[in-house]
Amino acid sequence: MTRRLELAGIDWRRVSPKYVIVDIAGWVVLTIGMVVAASVPVLVSGFTPLWLIPAIVLVIMLIIVAFIPRRVRAIGYQLRDDDLLFRRGLLFQRFVSVPYGRMQLVDITRGPVSRILGLSDLHFVTAAASSGVMIPGLLVADAEELRDRLVELAETRRAGL
Amino acid sequence: MSSSTSDEASPQGNPTEDLLPNGAVLATRLADGEWHRLHPATPLLRGGLFIIALGGIVLSQLKQQLIDLVLGGPHAHDDGDALGFVTRDGRLVPILLIVVAVLVLIVVVFYLSWRVHTFRITDEVVEVRSGLIRRSYRKGRLDRIQGINIVRPFFARILGAARLEIDVAGHDANVRLDYLSSSNADGLRLDILRLASGSKEREQEQARLADPRGFVEQRVSEFVAPELDPNVAPPESVVKVHVGRLIGSILLHDTTFALILLIVAGAVGSVAIGRGFAIIILVPFVLALGSFLFRRFTRSLRYSIAATPDGVRVGFGLLTLSNETLPPGRIHSVQVRQPILWRFPGWWEIKVNRASKSNAKGADAQRNTTILPVGNLNDVLKVLGLLLPSLGDESTALLRDGIVGTGGASGFTNSPSRARVIRLLSRQRNGFASAPGMVLLREGAIWRRLTIVPEARVQSVAITQGPIYRALAVAHVHVHTVVGPVRAELGAVDRDVAIDFFNRVSLEVVEAVRSDATHRWLAEEKHA
Repeated sequence: MTRRLELAGIDWRRVSPKYVIVDIAGWVVLTIGMVVAASVPVLVSGFTPLWLIPAIVLVIMLIIVAFIPRRVRAIGYQLRDDDLLFRRGLLFQRFVSVPYGRMQLVDITRGPVSRILGLSDLHFVTAAASSGVMIPGLLVADAEELRDRLVELAETRRAGL
Repeated sequence: MSSSTSDEASPQGNPTEDLLPNGAVLATRLADGEWHRLHPATPLLRGGLFIIALGGIVLSQLKQQLIDLVLGGPHAHDDGDALGFVTRDGRLVPILLIVVAVLVLIVVVFYLSWRVHTFRITDEVVEVRSGLIRRSYRKGRLDRIQGINIVRPFFARILGAARLEIDVAGHDANVRLDYLSSSNADGLRLDILRLASGSKEREQEQARLADPRGFVEQRVSEFVAPELDPNVAPPESVVKVHVGRLIGSILLHDTTFALILLIVAGAVGSVAIGRGFAIIILVPFVLALGSFLFRRFTRSLRYSIAATPDGVRVGFGLLTLSNETLPPGRIHSVQVRQPILWRFPGWWEIKVNRASKSNAKGADAQRNTTILPVGNLNDVLKVLGLLLPSLGDESTALLRDGIVGTGGASGFTNSPSRARVIRLLSRQRNGFASAPGMVLLREGAIWRRLTIVPEARVQSVAITQGPIYRALAVAHVHVHTVVGPVRAELGAVDRDVAIDFFNRVSLEVVEAVRSDATHRWLAEEKHA
């Protein structure tokens, strides 16, 4: 019996593999910060066994980083007839379906690393804060095309709240 | 200022002669697409009361000196106080002149700000513009109205004025008409709702003509009148909340219980450690408890709920009266829930999510989202019937089962038996069901909840699964609606069932959204 969540018959569109670099860059910065913070007790007290804390933090963060390529491959989206399907997550899986008519706005953002790699993130915002659909790691041209397509679809299926 | 602006307080003509372009008859002359002014007492009520209060304070401070001055008492010409300073030779006249000048200035400013504060209501929008120096302009689309609230603060009630708050979807996006005369507020709400409903063939409603009685009698009769105007709503409320039940429900509420527990624990703890003065840190909690009790009590007193052609009307309040009309299709999710101590008397409360969020002072969260403060199962079923009229009588059994039932007899799909680990007591209740156009989520054996979401209001659907859920082959289903006190989600659903739920509901939502026409809720009937 399959225990994982999977939707049958969906041909997922994946995000750019280059997004792995963006994600890793973010996590590396976070890892450095956390390891430094975890080292404070040992640096202050000088009690050597306390090095265990930053070491554990480092191992956990490295495991997380090691799974990034698979996590990025797990991100997918698909434009169905009437709704946008979005999935992400490996350990914590999440599938969302948003009808196009529910779109309040589409937003394209680009972080510093994304900009260097020519990627951008697309946010699909509804009236519900918890919808939270953010498709990361799209090539700039793809993101803009997708945005225009979504706006067009939303226009034809316009609905109230 | 356009010459067409007319005073809100000006005598009403024969209202039945005021026809809209589409032939509608309106109850007041205020929704005719022209600019109108507000109640003349508006500046006084909005900002002027503090001046009166200031005057009162000054007077009470100077009471003794004034008496002495008039009666020639011993303090009449002391130098040490303000009055003595003022009344000393030669200063009285210039100081009085300054006082008069300031008063005149205030009156002029008030008058001018009243002159420029105007509103206009057309078929499409309601607009308000105001401000002498900083002009402000607010506009709300009628088809986005989430509710219209009439609030009568205590002082405004004495002057026969009321505030009309038009909730438009969005954070603090309300258009406020404060203040209108009380009778106009009721009529204008009816007019706005009619315009918003999109109904073109409106009933020839006999509008109330100018009241021949005098000012005082009219005020008195308005003051004692029931909150629901018998002319525009069925007179009796569907549900009555007796004061005894209200007090009981507040005392047995979880928040009261938790706060009292906290205070007792704190008091016992501080005595036990031998530092009695530590009780001081409990003061904020006592204050919180007091304000919670007071607010909940005064907000829920004189509760009434009734159906009108333009939606559900909910009213309550002791000193500040409030009654709000929610047009159809403005309720994004409904939750029936039972605080743990309410189980013995069998009481429930109903909360809803709505798209409008009022940030306005006084419009606190409870008033906006608590539709039924307390009621028994029959009251709950009646209120649900009003809130979700598309659930007919045939759904009563389903609703009843959703509120108090267990098992799957009436159509609820429960968690699989392997989910017993994570739903120890509530596995038999933890489930979902569907009614036409609705999703029902039932949860909790101790804190019992039933959440109902109209599919036409769903923003998105999601399923999630973490590692523990994966081991049990179950999933979490979420139905996203606008932000509010109700979260529509259900854990521990069988994996295959959850995927089916996701596929089915996401299709049904698209269909429901497409066929939804509640933004102009009566327009459909015209074509029919």
